[in-house]
Amino acid sequence: MNDSVSLIFISTLLTNNFVLAMFLGLCPFLGVSGRLDTALPMGIATTFVMLVASLCAYGLNQLLGYFNLEFLRLISYIVVIASSVQLVEMVMKKYSPALFRALGIYLPLITTNCAVLGVALFQTAREYDLSQSLAFSFGGGAGFTLALVLMASLRERLQLANVPTLMQGTALSLILAGLLSLTFMGFAGLGAGE
Amino acid sequence: MSLSKQADEGITFDTFMEGIWRQNPVFVMVLGMCPTLAVTVSAENAISMGLATSFVLVSSCLLVSLIRNVVPKEVRIATYIVIIATFVTLVDYLIQAVSLKLYEALGAFIQLIVVNCIILGRAEAHASKNPPLKSVVNALGMGIGFTIGLLALGATREILGAGKLFGITLFGEQFQPWVVMVLPPGGFFVLGGWLLLFSLLRSRKAAIEGGHSHE
Repeated sequence: MNDSVSLIFISTLLTNNFVLAMFLGLCPFLGVSGRLDTALPMGIATTFVMLVASLCAYGLNQLLGYFNLEFLRLISYIVVIASSVQLVEMVMKKYSPALFRALGIYLPLITTNCAVLGVALFQTAREYDLSQSLAFSFGGGAGFTLALVLMASLRERLQLANVPTLMQGTALSLILAGLLSLTFMGFAGLGAGE
Repeated sequence: MSLSKQADEGITFDTFMEGIWRQNPVFVMVLGMCPTLAVTVSAENAISMGLATSFVLVSSCLLVSLIRNVVPKEVRIATYIVIIATFVTLVDYLIQAVSLKLYEALGAFIQLIVVNCIILGRAEAHASKNPPLKSVVNALGMGIGFTIGLLALGATREILGAGKLFGITLFGEQFQPWVVMVLPPGGFFVLGGWLLLFSLLRSRKAAIEGGHSHE
């Protein structure tokens, strides 16, 4: 793989958006996207965890490859991610207790956010080097935040709309997500000419 | 139902059926959606993913239940995650050895079973409080429920999007595949549609029961 850094960034941000095209990180996407003012911090926290996880995963992969311990890859990734989530949690609790309470259970759940583990796994599978990995995780995080913010804005508007009772709840969110995903498919082919 | 009462009860048929119907992970709890939507482009993929997840679910629930009195409360989540990751690694290598084609179709989503909320949820909510046999029965029900959910989605998407079921062409040559159904948006639409159907059924049932009580 020798894609340029900018191409990787754009493609993970738009064409292969983590949430809308690769179905990663759907739980927080549907769970925290009710309000705009929690969606944005959640996205930023997830992006930060992704960057840390990607960096650690890159280092770990080199280490495990050196000792021929590749079968431990998954377990060590998970441990690294869990620790970095803990770190973010502690920082947020100290500097922004209100936000910490608003995010509630979804903050520790970043550990089980597929998008974070997905970054680590996909960058390993695609054999990205360090700068490519960072571009990949930053693009992924930004894409996640973008999708979350778009979804939250849509849902805030929908609260004022008159929706059939049957549609309310998850079904409506899923159909909205489908429409959003359809829109993002319009980006397909972006950068393919290079 | 209080938790202590749940633990006192023996294994009932409901322990098993809970995951299949009343608490179906896909349609009722809407958990573990990432693999649900990502791999269900065909019925075959859906079944394989369902079985792989069920295997991990049952074995980790068994282990979690066996060691539930030994693990300190503070580190339990970390312990569960490591147990789950171990079984997922096992499944990963197993699928790679049995069918390389399937392994390539499911890709990184086999390893992503680790972060499937259903498994951690069951380990935490059920297996850590119940004896081994009961949690295995419950996990088995959940696994089957999850597989059925995946199959429903996979079959719908394959029939609409490719005009096939398990790779067998269903319609004549005039059939125009609804391609968007096998693309990412289709996943959202089909699951949304299924949820709509279920809430329609639920409201019908409630209306009928409400009508009876008035009479």
